[in-house]
Amino acid sequence: MAARLEGTLPAGVELLEREGEPTALIDAWDGADAVWLVDAVSSGAEVGTVHRLDASESELPTELFRASTHHVGLAEAVELARALGRLPAKTVVYGIEGESFQVGEELAPAVAAAVEPVAEAVREEVAQCMRRS
Amino acid sequence: MSERRTKTIKTDYLARVEGEGAMLVRIADGQVEEVKLNIYEPPRFFEAFLRGRAFTEAPDITARICGICPVAYQMSSVHAMEQACGIEVGGQLRALRRLLYCGEWIESHALHVFMLHAPDFLGYQSAIELAKDMPEVVASALELKKTGNELMTVVGGREVHPINVRVGGWYRTPRKRELKPLVEKLERAREIALEAVKITSTFDFPDYDQDYELVCLDEAGAYPIDLGRIVSSRGIDIPVEEYEDHFVEEHVAWSNALHSKVIGRGSYLCGPLARFAMAFDRLSPLAKEAAKEVGLDASERNPFRSIVVRSVELVYAADEALRLIAEYEEPDAPSVEFEPRAGVGHGASEAPRGLLYHRYEIDDEGTILSAKIVPPTSQNQRTIEDDLRGVVERSLDVPDEELSLLCEQTIRNYDPCISCATHFLKLDIERR
Repeated sequence: MAARLEGTLPAGVELLEREGEPTALIDAWDGADAVWLVDAVSSGAEVGTVHRLDASESELPTELFRASTHHVGLAEAVELARALGRLPAKTVVYGIEGESFQVGEELAPAVAAAVEPVAEAVREEVAQCMRRS
Repeated sequence: MSERRTKTIKTDYLARVEGEGAMLVRIADGQVEEVKLNIYEPPRFFEAFLRGRAFTEAPDITARICGICPVAYQMSSVHAMEQACGIEVGGQLRALRRLLYCGEWIESHALHVFMLHAPDFLGYQSAIELAKDMPEVVASALELKKTGNELMTVVGGREVHPINVRVGGWYRTPRKRELKPLVEKLERAREIALEAVKITSTFDFPDYDQDYELVCLDEAGAYPIDLGRIVSSRGIDIPVEEYEDHFVEEHVAWSNALHSKVIGRGSYLCGPLARFAMAFDRLSPLAKEAAKEVGLDASERNPFRSIVVRSVELVYAADEALRLIAEYEEPDAPSVEFEPRAGVGHGASEAPRGLLYHRYEIDDEGTILSAKIVPPTSQNQRTIEDDLRGVVERSLDVPDEELSLLCEQTIRNYDPCISCATHFLKLDIERR
């Protein structure tokens, strides 16, 4: 995903890759007006399904992001940040339904197929956001 | 004939532990009939996966067994490989290993104390709920964790799965000036840790204790972290290479993680409570003082107070890191030169959760022929089940929902790293 987005985002937009560790995430988006997060999810939906959640509007369901092997995943990091007043005013999360979360495996075809559409959606939203500000 | 009254407390998915776990406790006619800690995370085939790989890859591959304690895996593995190759890594190279390890203890304990375990004692379902009511507490926890991570990044090259560790030492050793910025952060971390000891000591602790056989590393003059012989509170005192003469793993039907026991005896406990009891005198003066001030001493056997012990270890880890940084002298070379040789090597270190043992056999080119990894959480599994049994026996009159939470809290006393224990670990409570 990061590779797809590399070089395609406007100036003033930072592209970062993180492991999902909460302090790193909260620090990474500190001071930002808006943040888009892309992560793998496991909700039982069909592999490759794309979930879009607007965390600015409502709390994230923490069960959705259990794919992380760290105790505290993406959703927890977002909700923690919110409770601490450290969540950007606009926070959008894209979750791509994964198939298998084993170490070292390649992306399932259905997941790989979802990458470009999500990248495109993120580019569009970022562009819209920049136009408005 | 009277109907048999049984209750089953079942939790299919245990929250706030690393990995996936389920718990089962069955009570019949007022007796605890069955206790099972069920690990359902898919088995991890690391031991098999390592076969055929180069010995140099062991620290990098095994680090990926756990995202929270990668350093522990790296340290145990390099010790084992170094033993096989007949070399010793001492002096500043060893000091840096201990420093890296302090970083891991800090980030791991900080996460557990505040975000995974404190919610149990304060009546919150999650760290998020806790954060809504006590944002300053959670903010300090995150700050503490961040400092641990930063220390790991400076010394280890990266916070998750440090890339700088190698058999023989390091790929690169830091300049003194790179460590300097950490001093203020560690001093602040120490402050937060001291507060944590005070705060956690005021929690309500269920009245429960056991006469555990405590197992940990032992090194003269040092609180056990990275090196030492293996000792127990019932007289074991052995070099690491004799581990398998005294400890054995058994497969049990209901779990993917193997159960450990002392040969000829039974379950044992490793981790903060064991270290604290066995090596209390070797804590730093400040850590000892902090413990004494809240009435905690080496006789502590209530596993619920592990949260206070972890907080004391947080103080110690910050103290020790500051000492190591103050005494750091840049070494002439980042690692020891050597050639691999055929043989078997054993290594152990104290992961945040307890003793982590590795054994490897390599050939004369350093190719791994076999690997055995025994994480602390699998060593504690039987003891966790004993505790569940004991706690439930004393709480039969407690309503189901509360009892279920109490059982989960009991498991979390061990900060179980189920991802590690599944090389394979799940919790279910059934009350009929």
